Amino acid sequence: MKTRPDDIQTSNKSQSLETYDEMFKRLDEKGESAFIPFVVAGDPDFETSLQIVQEMVRAGADALEIGFPFSDPIADGPTIQAADVRALEAGMTVQKGFEFIRKIREFSDIPIGLLVYYNLVYKMGLDQFYREAKNSGVNGILAADLPPEEAADAIKSAKKHGINQIFMAAHTTSNQRLKNISKLAGGFVYVVAVMGVTGVRSQLDDRTVDLIQRVRKHTPLPICVGFGISQPEHVEKVTKAGSDGAIVASALINLVDEHLEDRNLMLKQMGSHCLALKKATKEKLP
Amino acid sequence: MIKDGKFGKYGGIFVPELLIPALEELEAAFLKYKDHTKFNNELEYYLSEFAGRPTSLYYAKNLSVKLGCKIYLKREDLLHTGAHKINNTLGQGLLAKYMGKERLIAETGAGQHGIATAVVGALFGFPTDVYMGSADIERQKLNVLRMELSGTRVLSVESGSKTLKDAINQALRDWITNVETTHYLIGSTVGPHPYPEMVKHFQSVIGLETRQQIIEKEEKLPDAVIACVGGGSNALGIFSAFLNDKNVELIGAEGGGDGPGGRNGATLTYGTEGVLHGSLSFVLQDHDGQISEAHSVSAGLDYPGVGPEHSQLKVTGRAKYVPIMDKEALRGFELLSKYEGIIPALESSHAVACAEKYAKKPENKGKTIIVNLSGRGDKDMHIVSQKMGVKA
Ligand SMILES: Cc1ncc(COP(=O)(O)O)c(C=O)c1O
Repeated sequence: MKTRPDDIQTSNKSQSLETYDEMFKRLDEKGESAFIPFVVAGDPDFETSLQIVQEMVRAGADALEIGFPFSDPIADGPTIQAADVRALEAGMTVQKGFEFIRKIREFSDIPIGLLVYYNLVYKMGLDQFYREAKNSGVNGILAADLPPEEAADAIKSAKKHGINQIFMAAHTTSNQRLKNISKLAGGFVYVVAVMGVTGVRSQLDDRTVDLIQRVRKHTPLPICVGFGISQPEHVEKVTKAGSDGAIVASALINLVDEHLEDRNLMLKQMGSHCLALKKATKEKLP
Repeated sequence: MIKDGKFGKYGGIFVPELLIPALEELEAAFLKYKDHTKFNNELEYYLSEFAGRPTSLYYAKNLSVKLGCKIYLKREDLLHTGAHKINNTLGQGLLAKYMGKERLIAETGAGQHGIATAVVGALFGFPTDVYMGSADIERQKLNVLRMELSGTRVLSVESGSKTLKDAINQALRDWITNVETTHYLIGSTVGPHPYPEMVKHFQSVIGLETRQQIIEKEEKLPDAVIACVGGGSNALGIFSAFLNDKNVELIGAEGGGDGPGGRNGATLTYGTEGVLHGSLSFVLQDHDGQISEAHSVSAGLDYPGVGPEHSQLKVTGRAKYVPIMDKEALRGFELLSKYEGIIPALESSHAVACAEKYAKKPENKGKTIIVNLSGRGDKDMHIVSQKMGVKA
């Protein structure tokens, strides 16, 4: 699965970055799954969200999901919608988003996945977007509203620029589609744990474990589970079910929302919740 | 999917993975029932007995004399609930029934599509939820009451611009969550495939009737067909019967708002290509691809996107799109009310104003023009009274 196209110019810096393959392999040897926190770049402002990422990395994040804020995020619940609004109001742009990634690369080499809505990519032009993403140090791109049917051009750009094109698998995804997704996808398969949009749920959907096992049967790629994963016990449960990673978003963004008046407390809470979430990934079965 | 849902390069299915199987199911049902005798007999029954089809093609004599052209009005304003929207909600509502769905959801801006969905929910016995931006709820209180009287729950949307685009976002989120039991009844030729094609199909009854009626009255085809364009459903409904008649000019009147450089809803005139609400089309957006807020005096044209087939008709040149400013639309509103005793919806007033502009060009003197009068103006009285400085 390693993407090593030789037709592209990667900077020396980006060649030393860890790939998804290397990261999953490293964790596998330790009997752990990946803890992957999500941030909206620029929420609540550029500097604070960079400090949040620093906190996450310090607490043991194995990879990062970075969302670029969008005006019409149809796959997101109220928490991430509010984060998008905060970031856009604080002046976030696509260019500043790439700048944000470059800043992260000054202190971390772990895999970074970009989570976007397709219009941001389309507007800039696919080739330019993927080139800039690569140059800023992005490993993978997932567009929430880009199913495989519409992704031929994106996959071409991803290949050309050495980026993993990541796709989602959901409860409603048939086995036939899973096989197809598996053929097209790079990096990992993003398993959507809930029937619904992003947001904190108190309990893990009962069907999540079945879904993880079903996806596992149809793809050799690593699997990461997201949507509604908020507590260490959720992480533990999906890890035990065979997931290679857990993506936590809304639960962490809620900490931003709750502590807007006290940035130090926000960062402290972020650090301690991330520590607890990372700890829960150490229960992977061999 | 059986088809790719593309009109040239526009359209498609730009939605989260969770929705793909629902779109496949909907496409299959639509393709199965659109030529199904029992389904179509039942739909025809409701279109005539419940909604009041066929609507007349009315020769507007006074206006014709004034403008020096022959002007016909397709009277969709006479339908039950007051606009063409009911053609589509009856079609999709019946389809949802045939599919065994248990619940309807819809978005609404002005409330016209919400009301047309609410009455169909009552008619077929579906629990129905309609999403409406809180700004629109404030502007259209009576329409909220009308929906509620039909047993529909109106859910306020507080995000974004608190208008139609955000109501669609929220309806899509609901659908993502309840996709197995719920049918999302989209109100225009927008959204992912199969919606643009399906909504056009259910609205094409307008064009089929019009074509027959004009041939009966004039023994020839019209020179021009003019309709307003929000998402584009009434326009495609009437255009659909004339697409292959190259000598018939097809003209779409967009919500020009404050005019060039100002706030507007004229997506095809001032927008650029982008992906919104599941399809590639023209959109109003900024440099980064963030969607802009639209503005039009008529809530039904207040949308930063447009149906993908219109984008294709624009780039191929088959149809022309003209921005009509708020103040021009208000003049169209007064013109038709005064000369014909017909009070048009503010959306339809854009088409009337567009027809006036067309008729005034010397080269168009004496031509036969059909205006799709998509709805009646009762819902707009308070807006118009404010604009005219009359206390309602
Ligand atoms: C009377 C009327 N005409 C036109 C429209 C615009 O929609 P479309 O472009 O889909 O016909 C609306 C939408 O609310 C409407 O109520």
